[in-house]
Amino acid sequence: MTNESKALEAQKEELLPELSERTRDCRCFVPRADIYETEAEVVILMDMPGIEDEYIEISLEKNILTVNGYLFPVDPEGYSLARCEYQAGDFERSFRISNQIEQDQIKAQYQNGVLRLTLPKAEEAKKRKIEVKVG
Amino acid sequence: MYKRYQPTHIWREMDRFQRDLNRLFDDYSPSTHSAPSFPAANIWADAESVLITAEMPGMRGEDIDLNILEDNLTISGERPTENLPEGATYHRQERGFGKFARSVRLPYRVDAKKVKANFKNGILEVSLPRAEEDRPKKIAIKVA
Repeated sequence: MTNESKALEAQKEELLPELSERTRDCRCFVPRADIYETEAEVVILMDMPGIEDEYIEISLEKNILTVNGYLFPVDPEGYSLARCEYQAGDFERSFRISNQIEQDQIKAQYQNGVLRLTLPKAEEAKKRKIEVKVG
Repeated sequence: MYKRYQPTHIWREMDRFQRDLNRLFDDYSPSTHSAPSFPAANIWADAESVLITAEMPGMRGEDIDLNILEDNLTISGERPTENLPEGATYHRQERGFGKFARSVRLPYRVDAKKVKANFKNGILEVSLPRAEEDRPKKIAIKVA
């Protein structure tokens, strides 16, 4: 895939209620994600603005990597909302990852509203190259 | 006896009903407004100051420019792209990047010297106190 430019988008995509029943009484969004692969690892970047890092939950079960970000919004005291362009809310997204990922070596880092997951590839996956003989 | 022309009256009622309904649905879903440009911003206001919050994940505070001209606030900057290592390939690219600029009209003039901005967890928060000369003045009524 080429490194084509992607325009900035202001609106967030809301999680469909059919996909996940919510117990928390607030909106939930699907964070935009970039995924790229290098020789040694797979990197997932997700836009999750406004979440405090202690409220990010990452779990891995049966090859499904799920990321949850919980927001506890506080409306500024004494102010009234004059114009609303975005809704604050939780984030949720899942990815199916392959067996070729070193599952206990996944690293997460949150900075400036972006979550970065680094998934190192297993040694065997790096080596497992099958030569095709022509003959 | 003079009789009122009924139909116009009914249509006027219908129009009013439709306007009421439209307003009701507008209130209910803010998304019916045109799509906002980047960054999406919420504007909070009281009589003395305006507070603007904007979602700008992936930016650094020092890369955001704020400019105030009269009652307009301009937010501009550039969201950087990820520096891909040699040989890396994208499987998925949903996050946008590039330059952006947008202006927000404030409810009143602000004191540019007292504006404070803060950037945390991808949210920009700008607090803009109302200009002293723009505040409503109370006029005392003298009783003779």
